[in-house]
Amino acid sequence: MNLSIFNARWNPYVAGALVGVLAVLSVVVTTLVLEKPKYLGASTTFVRAAGFIEKTVAEEHVAQNSYFNSKKVKVDWQMLFVGGVFIGAFAAARFGKTSKLETVPPIWEQRFGPSATVRAVGAFFGGMVLMFGARLAGGCPSGHGLSGNMQLAVSGLMALVFFLVGAIVTARFVYGQGGQ
Amino acid sequence: MEQIIGLITGILFGFLLQKGEVLRFEKQVGFMLLKDMTIIKFMFTAVLVGMVGIYAFSAAGVISLSLKATNVAAIIIGGLMFGIGWAFAGYCPGTSVGALAEGRIHAVWAILGMLLGAAIYAEAYPVLKKTILAWGNYGKITLPQVLGISPWPVIGVFIVFGVVMLSWFEKKNL
Repeated sequence: MNLSIFNARWNPYVAGALVGVLAVLSVVVTTLVLEKPKYLGASTTFVRAAGFIEKTVAEEHVAQNSYFNSKKVKVDWQMLFVGGVFIGAFAAARFGKTSKLETVPPIWEQRFGPSATVRAVGAFFGGMVLMFGARLAGGCPSGHGLSGNMQLAVSGLMALVFFLVGAIVTARFVYGQGGQ
Repeated sequence: MEQIIGLITGILFGFLLQKGEVLRFEKQVGFMLLKDMTIIKFMFTAVLVGMVGIYAFSAAGVISLSLKATNVAAIIIGGLMFGIGWAFAGYCPGTSVGALAEGRIHAVWAILGMLLGAAIYAEAYPVLKKTILAWGNYGKITLPQVLGISPWPVIGVFIVFGVVMLSWFEKKNL
């Protein structure tokens, strides 16, 4: 097995196992250095980012919102973590020459045609619904799916099951039997 | 320091997500259509390795767990909503950012939708807190606690289940 950064792809089991090691190391290092464990997660950052954007037009409103207050609108560990994902993915795609400009993915195009606008509307709607759901459930596939399940959390296992069931059923309706 | 550690962890995470090809719309939707199990192979392996590591370090007293509350109604309703939105977007919060970085520019629409979804949730929170979030809250619990046993047999069952499921995927070329 060749884990060169110039390879287009790494075996998903190997890449996944390395993510498992990274997730554990993150908890160990943050516990030792910061004295509080940081489990990987991504969706709370979208709350804080939304708070920052809203603050520019309605500072008072954000300051009084109990959810923004409970999550604290700040640049924290997780926000830099999510920013890091962009950098890491960008570098991996460049080294492996797998970067590809795409406005409409093929499976979507088979069902809804080549319009970038239709895809934009679908992606926007999906993003909005999934984030509301993630915040209601208390996390996304990172926080619940990965971090929750590796702690054997009941909440993590339940959330993952409903994420997957919701997605599988919806995809049947949205994409039919299509795709590759 | 906190931010620097977060940044480095994120860079490594994004790098591995990209090399594992799990950032892609076709892999995520391919799983939902039960035609390509790449994201499950990646995710399940990560979770299995993570379980062993977390419980080993936790048993050694090096780290502590950080559990999310078990709000049954909120997890069921929120989980299903997440699944519905995820099928349309083709990205989850973490992968949307990485997908944009590998050139899938339509991910930007999903990201903007997520920001709006988060803002709407913040507005709805006071009402949700008194209703859905309060229905069936069992607190921060783990499977071993509920079963009243040591975590290791539970981890053993997950590993056996994982190996059987993943070998089946390989046999079926999924």
